[in-house]
Amino acid sequence: MDISWFIVLSAFIFCIGAAGVMTRRSPLVILLCLELMLNAGNLALIAFSRMVGNVEGQIFALIVMVVAACEVVIGLGIIVAMYRRKLPIDVDDMAELRG
Amino acid sequence: MFFEQLLFFIAGGGAIAGAVGVVLLRNPFFSVLALVAHLISLAVLFLLLTAAFLAAAQVVVYAGAVMVLYVFVVAYVGGSDDELRPETAGPLAAIGPIFAAALLIELVIAVVGSGLSLLDSTGAKVGDDFGSPAAIGDALLTKFLLPFEAASFLLLIAAVGAVVLARKRRGLHEPADAISVADVLRSEPPAGSQKEAIG
Amino acid sequence: MSATSWGWLVLAFPLAGMLVIALGWKVLPDRVAGWIGSAAIGGAFASAIAMLIDLQDQPEEARSLVDSAWTYASTAGFSVDMSILVDPLSVMMCLIVSGVSFLIHVYSVAYMESDRSYKRFFAYLNFFVFSMLLLVLAANFVLLIVGWAFVGAASYLLISFWYRRTTATKAGIKAFVINVIGDVGLVIGAFLLFDATGALDYAGVFADVGTAFSHNDGQLVAACLLLLVGAFAKSAQLPLHTWLPDAMEGPTPVSSLIHAATMVTAGVYLIARMHPLFEQAPAAADISAVIGTLTLFVAASIALVMTDLKRAIAYSTMSQIGYMILGVSVFAYSAGMFHLMTHAFFKALLFMGAGSVIAAMANEQSLDKMGGFRKAMPFTYATFTAGALALAGFPLTSGFFSKDEILAYTINRGDWFVALAVVGYITAFLTAIYAFRLVFRVFHGEPSEQARELEGGHLAHAEPFNPATGEAEDTEAGFPGPEHHIAEREGAMKAAMGPLALLAIFAGFVQIPGVTDVIEKFLEPTFAGSHYVHDHPSDSAEYMGMAVGALISIAGILVAARIYLWRPGTSAKLQERFAPLHTLLSNKWYFDEAYDLGVVRPMTALGRFGRTVIESSFVQGFLVGGTVGIVRAGSSFARSIQTGELRAYAAVLLLGLSAIVLYFLIVAS
Repeated sequence: MDISWFIVLSAFIFCIGAAGVMTRRSPLVILLCLELMLNAGNLALIAFSRMVGNVEGQIFALIVMVVAACEVVIGLGIIVAMYRRKLPIDVDDMAELRG
Repeated sequence: MFFEQLLFFIAGGGAIAGAVGVVLLRNPFFSVLALVAHLISLAVLFLLLTAAFLAAAQVVVYAGAVMVLYVFVVAYVGGSDDELRPETAGPLAAIGPIFAAALLIELVIAVVGSGLSLLDSTGAKVGDDFGSPAAIGDALLTKFLLPFEAASFLLLIAAVGAVVLARKRRGLHEPADAISVADVLRSEPPAGSQKEAIG
Repeated sequence: MSATSWGWLVLAFPLAGMLVIALGWKVLPDRVAGWIGSAAIGGAFASAIAMLIDLQDQPEEARSLVDSAWTYASTAGFSVDMSILVDPLSVMMCLIVSGVSFLIHVYSVAYMESDRSYKRFFAYLNFFVFSMLLLVLAANFVLLIVGWAFVGAASYLLISFWYRRTTATKAGIKAFVINVIGDVGLVIGAFLLFDATGALDYAGVFADVGTAFSHNDGQLVAACLLLLVGAFAKSAQLPLHTWLPDAMEGPTPVSSLIHAATMVTAGVYLIARMHPLFEQAPAAADISAVIGTLTLFVAASIALVMTDLKRAIAYSTMSQIGYMILGVSVFAYSAGMFHLMTHAFFKALLFMGAGSVIAAMANEQSLDKMGGFRKAMPFTYATFTAGALALAGFPLTSGFFSKDEILAYTINRGDWFVALAVVGYITAFLTAIYAFRLVFRVFHGEPSEQARELEGGHLAHAEPFNPATGEAEDTEAGFPGPEHHIAEREGAMKAAMGPLALLAIFAGFVQIPGVTDVIEKFLEPTFAGSHYVHDHPSDSAEYMGMAVGALISIAGILVAARIYLWRPGTSAKLQERFAPLHTLLSNKWYFDEAYDLGVVRPMTALGRFGRTVIESSFVQGFLVGGTVGIVRAGSSFARSIQTGELRAYAAVLLLGLSAIVLYFLIVAS
C-alpha cells in the first residue's frame, strides 16, 4: 500500500489508454481511452498529494476533471456534427492533414 | 492495514479490468460501461488515498454526468468497429501496444528505482480533515481562486461550443423549410383534432 | 634637391602623363595628347639627368641611395617599403629608358597620327615607361615584382593595341602568358631568398648572401635559376622566346620601344642587379651564359631566312640580348650594360626605319615585295644603314665596341667559356650577313612599285589589310589608321631618328678599351663588391678581339653584298641546295610546334577533361546532384511522416514521450 503501488497502477492505466488511442478506429472509443489516460493522471496526482501531505494535488485533479468534462463535451459535439453530415465515423478516413 | 490492501487490490483489479475492457471491447456501448466500472474503482482508490471529496466528485461528475453524456451520444451515433474490421487496421494495431508497453516499462523503472524515499511509505502524516470538502473548498476559495474562476469560465465556453456545434446549420437547407409569420397567419387556426396535432 | 627626389620625379612624370591623357581623353585633341606624353617622358629624362648629376656629386662609396616613400607592409619581423634605389646602375638604366622613350614618343606623334586610338596609344606608352622606370628604380623585390608585372601588362596592352585584329590579340595573350611564367619564377625566387635571408630589400639580401648561403648553395642556385626564368621570359631567351616574333603585331613604335630597347632588357638588368647572388652561385650564372649563347646563335640563324621585315629585326633583338645575357653572366657587367645601351640606340633606330619603310609600302611587311627604296627614301636609307652598321659591328661603330668587349671578357674567363666566345664570333658573322641582307633587299635592287610611286612623289596606297594574314580590314578604332607616315615627310620622325643614328655610330667612343672607360668607371660603385669586376682582359687581348671582330663584320657585309646585291639569284640557289636547313630555319627551329604539342595540347585536353568529367559528371552530377538528391530524399522522408492519420500522430507522440522519459532515466542513473 505504499504510494509507489498507486503510481505503478496509474502508469499501467495510462499505457493501456495510450494503446487504446493508437489501436481503435472509432473516435468515440478514442475519446474514451483519452478519459482513461486523464484518470490515470488524476490518480497519480492524488497519490502524490497524499505522499506530500498537501491538498494542492487534489485541487489539480479537480481542475483536470473539469477540463476533461469540457473536452468530452466538445469532442462529442464534433462527433455528433460529423454523424449529422453523414461522414464516416472512422479516424483513418479523416486524413485531410495529409501532406 | 490488511483490509486496505485487500481493498486496494480489488479496486486496482477493477480499474485495470475496466481499462482493458474499454480498449478491447468491440461495441462502443460496452466500452462506455467498462469505463464506468473503471471510474467507480478509481473512486474507491481515491478513498484509500484519503481524498474523500474527490472520490465523491469522481462518482457524481465523471461517472454520473460525463458518462451519461457518452451514453446518449453512443446511442445516437451507434456504430461499432465491426464494419471497419474487414479493412486491415494497419501496422499501428501491432506497433501501438508495443510502444505503450515500452513506455510502461520505462515508467515502472522510473518509479521503482526512484530516489524519492517517501514513495516507499504510506505517505506523510496528515490531519483528519485531509481531503475533506472543507479543506478542498478552503483551498479553492483562497489559494486557488484564479484557477477556480478560470475553470468555470472554461465550462462556460464548452457549453457555448457544444451549442454551436450541435445546432442546425442554416444555408444547407432550402429556405422553404423555414416557417415565416405570413404563413402562420394565412393558415387556418388548428381545430384541435388529433389528426392535425400529429400530421 | 637630392638624387632620390629626382628619382621620385623620374617616376612621377610618366605617371602624371598617363593619368592626364587617360582621364582627359575625351577633351584633349590628338596632337596635344601626343605632346603631353612626349613632354612627360622628356621631364623624366631631364630628371634622370639631374639625378645623374646629383649622384656623381656624392663620394664614390656613398653612391647607393635609398629613399622610402611610405611603408607598404609592416609585420612582425620585417617591413616592406615603397622605396627607390638610386645608384649608377639604376641611373644608367633610367637614362637609357627615358632617353630612348622620349625619342620614340616624338616619332610616334607623327607616325601614329591618323590612328583612331591615338590618345590610348600615348596613355599606354606612358604607362609602360612608368612601369619600366619603377622596375629599374625599385629598391626591394616587392617593388621590382610590381614593376615587372606592370611592364608585362603594358606589353600586352600595346601588342594587342589593334585589338580588332585576331592575330594581334592572340599575340598579346601569348606574350602575357609567357611573361606570367616568368613572373612566377621571379616571385618564387624572391621568396626563396627571403626564406634564407629574412630580407626583401636589395641591401638586406645582398648583405646576407655570404653568410646565409655557401658557394653554390642548393637553395641559392634554385633561387637564381628561378630569377633566370623570370629574366628569360622577359628578355625572350630560349626557351621562353616564342612570344617576341609574334609581338611584332603591335605598332612599330611599340616594337621599337618595348621589344628592342627597354622591356626586353629588363632581364639583363635583373641579372646585373642580382650580381652578388650570381657570383655566390656561379652554377646558375654558367647556365645563364650557355642559354644566352644558344639563343644568340639560334636567333641569328632564324633571322637569316625571315621574310617579314619586323620579325627579322625581332630575331635580331633576341640574338643581341643573348649577347647581353652572356656578358652579365660571365660577370662582365659594364660590357653587358654598354651593349645594352648601344643596342637600344641602333635597334630602336632600325625599327623606326622599318616603320618608315612599311608605311611607304602601305602596311606591307614582307621583304619579298620590297626593293630599291634607296632613291625614294634617302633619309630612311641613311639612318637604317647606320643602324645596320652598328648591328653588324662595323669597325668604330658603337655596336663594334660593345659586342667585342663582351666577347673579349668571355674569352678572358677561360676554360670552356672560350667555346661560347667562338659561337659568339660565328654569330657575329651571321649578324653582319642578316643585317645587310635587310639593307640590300629593302633599299637596293630593282625598285618595287611602291618605291617607284614614291620616287614620283606619291605615297603608295592600298586597301587596309592584315600583313600577317592578308585579310581585309577597315580603319576604325582597333585597326591602323588610314594614312601612312614616312620619315621623309614628317619632321618629328626625322627629329627622332637623326639623334639615334648619330648615337648608333658615335656612342661607342665612351668605352674604347685602353682609351676611355666612361661606362666602366661610372658603374664601378654598383659592382664594387664583385670578385670578378676587376678581372679585365688585357688591352692587347681586347685589341686582338677587336681586330677579329672587325674582320668578321666586314666579311659578313661582303658575303651579304655578294648574295643579295651583286649576284641576285644566289639566295634562291642557296635555298635549294640547303633545303632541309632552310625549312628548319623558316619554321623557327620548330619551337612553336613543340610547345603546341608538349604544352598547349595537353593543357587543352586537361581542360576538356576538367569540363566534361570533373565539372559535368563529378561536380554537377555527383556533388551538386547528389546533394540535391539527398536533400530531396530527406525531405520526402520527412513528408511521408505527415500521413494525416490521427493514430499515427498519436503513436509518434507516445514515442517521443518514451524517448524523453528514457533520456531522463539515463541521465538520472
